[in-house]
Amino acid sequence: MKAVENFLERIHADTLNAFVSIDEKGAARAAAAAGKAIEQGEEDLLQGIPIAVKDNICTKGIRTTCSSNILKNFVPTYDAHVTEMLKRRGAVILGKTNMDEFAMGSTTTTSNIGPTRNPWDASKTPGGSSGGSAAAVAAGLCAAALGSDTGGSVRQPASFCGITGLKPTYGTVSRFGLVAFASSLDQIGPMGRTARDVAVLYDAIRGHDKRDSTSVPREHLPTSLDGLDMHGIRIGVPDVFFSEGLAHDVERAVRHAISVFRELGADIVTVDLPHIRYGVAVYYIIAPAEASSNLARYDGVRYGVRHGDEKDLFDMYCETRAHGFNSEVKRRIMLGTYALSAGYYDAYYRKASQVRTLIIEDFRRAFTHCDIIAGPTAPITAFGLNEMVDDPLSIYLLDIYTIPANLAGLPALSIPCGFGDEGMPVGLQLMAPAFRDNIILGAAMTFQDHTRFHEVKP
Amino acid sequence: MKITQDLVLHVAKLARLKLDPHELEKFKKELSSILEYMDVLHEVNTDGVNPTFHTNSTTNALRDDEVWSSQSKDDALSNAPKLLDGCIVVPRVIE
Repeated sequence: MKAVENFLERIHADTLNAFVSIDEKGAARAAAAAGKAIEQGEEDLLQGIPIAVKDNICTKGIRTTCSSNILKNFVPTYDAHVTEMLKRRGAVILGKTNMDEFAMGSTTTTSNIGPTRNPWDASKTPGGSSGGSAAAVAAGLCAAALGSDTGGSVRQPASFCGITGLKPTYGTVSRFGLVAFASSLDQIGPMGRTARDVAVLYDAIRGHDKRDSTSVPREHLPTSLDGLDMHGIRIGVPDVFFSEGLAHDVERAVRHAISVFRELGADIVTVDLPHIRYGVAVYYIIAPAEASSNLARYDGVRYGVRHGDEKDLFDMYCETRAHGFNSEVKRRIMLGTYALSAGYYDAYYRKASQVRTLIIEDFRRAFTHCDIIAGPTAPITAFGLNEMVDDPLSIYLLDIYTIPANLAGLPALSIPCGFGDEGMPVGLQLMAPAFRDNIILGAAMTFQDHTRFHEVKP
Repeated sequence: MKITQDLVLHVAKLARLKLDPHELEKFKKELSSILEYMDVLHEVNTDGVNPTFHTNSTTNALRDDEVWSSQSKDDALSNAPKLLDGCIVVPRVIE
């Protein structure tokens, strides 16, 4: 109870704007219940642990806004699958964290309630779109958090904020109750201070859910918390992850991290991923296309803020959406609608989907030569809140290392591995074949047992 | 791909988005430059390559035809902008 009160106090004093809403009553109730359970001998690791949840994940009775205008008053009548799982395990949900509107962005500056600031440097972005969750964990406003990752939105903010974040294998965590952005790419991901924290949270939220038709009906064992013996493990390093565009300070920290794995016994090999360089183009056709379909439901009829219903239905749709969405969301809806429209579908959406197949095959081939693929999570460290705002394409290009895992449905983890020239955290990304999330989690645990980057606080 | 004003208006109509003149101009420029970047995909040979729309091997997820509760009518209407007698009010649909 006391611990939860402390967290809530810290959240109220927070100037980072990490939270959209705080659930004092719910948190107090959950903390009290957890306290009782622990007294009665309950040993669940998550009992009473304060967790923050990204505001695109439904929490019954608690406003879920996706940091948007259109859903600013939306109160879900049900919990997302992951929310149910957290509650069942006795976790305490403190509140909902800030994000880029509808998860479309890499900076958390497109939020309807204003940007979240990076705890390491308040003039800089925490990354996005799960910037609120990342900042909350890094600043000690919660013990761990849930984010969502469609093109890097868990891993990149984890990298910018110096914490650990996992995008699980597609299909292992139910998307029921996650507000859909791009259905073939979205996954909810755990974020925490350490790989072990992330593994425990992952185990709590994963598993088959009938209510998500893309949820994989697979049994799973609890993730081992012992770490991974790196002897005999082959780590593949693709040249394409170290070419132009990668900042020197990031490269230095990442190469050093890879050498740590070598010292721990791993074999470092070069792997080739010839189609990865098309990843951003593929993603920025497929994701907006899927988003244009998923966001068609926001029409002002059944939920959301409505405008323009004095005229006719068509006007109501157009005005509701014009007022309700920010310009980044509109941009992506426009891109996606164009890519799917008659006359352009083959040249854009179908073509991108074919190149997606080639990217998947690149990974399949690469993983016959290695067990883990390593590289930087982002090409630079966190930048100023007002930088690059007028150039959407430059921001899209920052997702170059994270996008491939979403396109291929593979698990990918970002862990802190050092600091850049401006003192901002650098993230190392580890990828594994599908359903081998435990391998990268284990390798990360071993890395963190031998380094201290994850212990440094802002 | 030349992005004309007409094309932007056409796409906006399909997307049910009302754009003001400033947005129209802005999107025309931005979509042009973004789509120009996408042209790089034309250099990839995709002959005989099947598109991937989904990365899992799961196919149709069916369930037994059993009644189960989803949500009550009150819950379903709880976020509606305008209600009357248990129905959602919308502008006239039929002329």
